[in-house]
Amino acid sequence: MPADTATPAIEFRDVSFRVENTQVLSGFNLQVARGETLVLLGRSGSGKTTTLKLVNRLVAPTSGEIRVNGQPNDGVEVTRLRRGIGYVIQDSGLFPHFTVEKNIGLVPKIEGWPQDRIQARVQELLHLVGLPPEISTRYPRQLSGGQRQRVGVARALAADPEILLMDEPFGALDPLTRDELQREFLRLQHRLHKTVVFVTHDLREALRIGSRIALMEAGKLVTVLTPEEFIKSSDPWAAAYVRAFGDGLDAAARRGVS
Amino acid sequence: MNVVRFMVQNRAQVVDLTLEHLWLVGLSTVFAMLIGIPLGIAIAHRPRLNKPVLASANIIQTIPSLALFGFLLPVPWLGERSDRLAILALTLYALLPIIRNTYTGIRGVDPAVVEAGRGMGLTESQLLLQVELPLAVSVILSGVRVAAVISVGLATIAAAIGAGGLGEFIFRGLAMVDNRVILAGAIPAAILALLADVGVGWLEKHLRTP
Repeated sequence: MPADTATPAIEFRDVSFRVENTQVLSGFNLQVARGETLVLLGRSGSGKTTTLKLVNRLVAPTSGEIRVNGQPNDGVEVTRLRRGIGYVIQDSGLFPHFTVEKNIGLVPKIEGWPQDRIQARVQELLHLVGLPPEISTRYPRQLSGGQRQRVGVARALAADPEILLMDEPFGALDPLTRDELQREFLRLQHRLHKTVVFVTHDLREALRIGSRIALMEAGKLVTVLTPEEFIKSSDPWAAAYVRAFGDGLDAAARRGVS
Repeated sequence: MNVVRFMVQNRAQVVDLTLEHLWLVGLSTVFAMLIGIPLGIAIAHRPRLNKPVLASANIIQTIPSLALFGFLLPVPWLGERSDRLAILALTLYALLPIIRNTYTGIRGVDPAVVEAGRGMGLTESQLLLQVELPLAVSVILSGVRVAAVISVGLATIAAAIGAGGLGEFIFRGLAMVDNRVILAGAIPAAILALLADVGVGWLEKHLRTP
């Protein structure tokens, strides 16, 4: 992993964030290496989504600093920063009044790309995320959940950002579709080598797609481990996760035999 | 029919007064949109402003229309020409439905969609013009529709201060105790109200999210 040799793509330096009287995040330090898929794993309210939004400045830290490509992310114009970072959220957040093509092409359009280049890019991206070209004239409500999420990924990739932020992108999908999209995500990431920060509360998903897993609990970073290390970890929180996951499988297996 | 005969005999005046009426309603509705839509957007984005603005618009709405026309009569520039005054009063009345519907429409846009747009790097004005307004447009227009229909009715009262419009027939007919004259004002007014309703309704349907 090039984290020590090159400038990290994203770096949190002693970041804390509080809203009114709630300490959402405290003493947060983390480096995300270029080209890796870092998973933020934790339960609801552990601060994962906030951590993600700190990167593209949808949330500003109370103290500390976030660096993107070595530069403090409050040093650049915020819209410029965000256009260089793809953002995918649960339920895709597609614009319901735009066709698939307009959804995907929006950032290129406001970046001033010529129309034919946008169209070519849209087709390229649809192909990349495994959607048929004719889908480009449809509206989001005419798509299935899995298709919408693919369009969401395509939209985030439109202007070819180096960094991709994904907030439980597959959380609302049925297990089979989720499995399919995870597999395609891996295939895509194998090709594109983006720096990805991926939020999930699903350990199976984290183990499957993460190059490293950052475990969070109550606004603090507990530990950062590779999937292999995570399963064997003696850290109490990591172990608790693995146990809950294993127990679930065991219980399901026992129901099967009794 | 007596009414029809009366209207045909006085067709020039019926047309004149209808056009005058249309002018009062049209201009005041446009003014109310120019003021009300930006105000509605502002209070949707700054929740702290929402109570005072909506309360003020509500209070205006509670002033009886004849009294409002009367109050404004002594105001220097306005009082000189009664049509100015009528347009101002009608604009004030039309504000509430427009402000409230703009506010409701913008607030009703899925926050996840707005945040996705913001996260993609849209500026606040791009978000407003490309995302929030297009998604709120049908709610906003239904406010305009209510405002226009109410205005058609209210504008008949403008005749009481000499601003013209179809109210002239109504007031004259009342004074003469002649139903034909009253109806010569009331029927075109009712038709205008229906047309306003259908017209804005048509716009609403065609501008709505496909």
